[in-house]
Amino acid sequence: MSHEHVSNTKRIWTVFGLLSLITTVEVAFGIIRPDALAMHTFITMSLLNWLFIILTLVKAYYIVWAFMHMEGEKKVLRNAVVFPLVFLVCYLLFILLTEGDYVFEVFKNSTIKWNF
Amino acid sequence: MEATVTTANNEKTWGGGNEPMGASYGKLMMWFFIVSDALTFSGFLAAYGFSRFKFIQTWPLADEVFTHFPFLHGVSAPMYYVALMTFILIFSSVTMVLAVDAGHQMKKDKVALYMFLTIIGGLIFVGSQAWEWKNFIKGEYGAVETTGGSLLQFVDKEGHRVALEDFAAKLPVEREQLSRDKGKWFMDESAIPAYTVAEVQAGFKAHPEVLIRIETLNKDKKKIILSREDSQTRLDQAKIVIEGANLTHNEYGSKLFADFFFFITGFHGFHVFSGIVINIIIFFNVLLGTYEKRGSYEMVEKVGLYWHFVDLVWVFVFTFFYLV
Repeated sequence: MSHEHVSNTKRIWTVFGLLSLITTVEVAFGIIRPDALAMHTFITMSLLNWLFIILTLVKAYYIVWAFMHMEGEKKVLRNAVVFPLVFLVCYLLFILLTEGDYVFEVFKNSTIKWNF
Repeated sequence: MEATVTTANNEKTWGGGNEPMGASYGKLMMWFFIVSDALTFSGFLAAYGFSRFKFIQTWPLADEVFTHFPFLHGVSAPMYYVALMTFILIFSSVTMVLAVDAGHQMKKDKVALYMFLTIIGGLIFVGSQAWEWKNFIKGEYGAVETTGGSLLQFVDKEGHRVALEDFAAKLPVEREQLSRDKGKWFMDESAIPAYTVAEVQAGFKAHPEVLIRIETLNKDKKKIILSREDSQTRLDQAKIVIEGANLTHNEYGSKLFADFFFFITGFHGFHVFSGIVINIIIFFNVLLGTYEKRGSYEMVEKVGLYWHFVDLVWVFVFTFFYLV
């Protein structure tokens, strides 16, 4: 609970180590960009990008749960923050990315060209 | 799910003694703010995603754009600098959470020390961002934009980038910068590039090893390099010479890339800046003993929430601008 004032410096440093490790892995993959991952796609996105996004979400989880101390809050507060965000962001991304891809297809396949 | 009914206990229901969701008023309001701000940033990043998907075949490669590292001139170091910035921000998040932790134990000196370190980390981050912007605005190789708005970059036979200054001819044309004091009316213009289109075209003719690279990506996710003949044809359509990046032109590729880069990292940088200002205020309050008298360091916790949120946003900006 949030009001138990026990020191948890050990956990803080563990999370810091974890976040640093994930960032290092991301940067390493970002520099090397192995073809095995970059050239294969899964649901229209390369495996490398999936890896980056999943690692980012893991980092986000640790920042919110450990640093912002979400793990110590009541469940109702956790839900009130996380669910609207997750829902709205997924919705927005779905709409905008689908539309963006559609516009791309139009410019690519029809007689309208942006690049002449 | 836990219910949040008001039970008739000895706490005042309307006086602030009741704490819905088990969080104090200030903390709950900070969470409200964070959720709405998170949605704002999501909107920006989703708009960036939209523009990127729209120009997915011609989008610049981040690895080629951000290649600078302090004191390593001419060395291509993609990612290193931004990775360093990320570490700095994560570390300042750690010192912040340590300050909160020390606050729980009412250790004033420790809170002050960790707050101070957090402020220093934030300042280093903002400074690093300014340096990144400087390099981005200044540009490295220069490029040419055609009448159609597409961008032509120059490479040698091996595909390495060639800077304009390495091949552009020097023609005896003097072009004076139009400034306010020379105009007939309130007229001026932005800085004239070091070379004219004619100079670039003449230099291209004189250097048969120079080829043109267009924005379009091929199957291997590399920018397409044209043959010498095609290069010549495209260069004839050149309209302006571009050095560096601003909101209307961008030597790295799609103009929207620069627009979103300036807007999103700028907005994030502004958040870091305001975070530093708030942290400084809280830092002085800690030194003055305000929270010691109050008997609670909850204020440190609240600014901590904001500071971690700024870090959280950076994690996403980092992924979508530099990695993906």
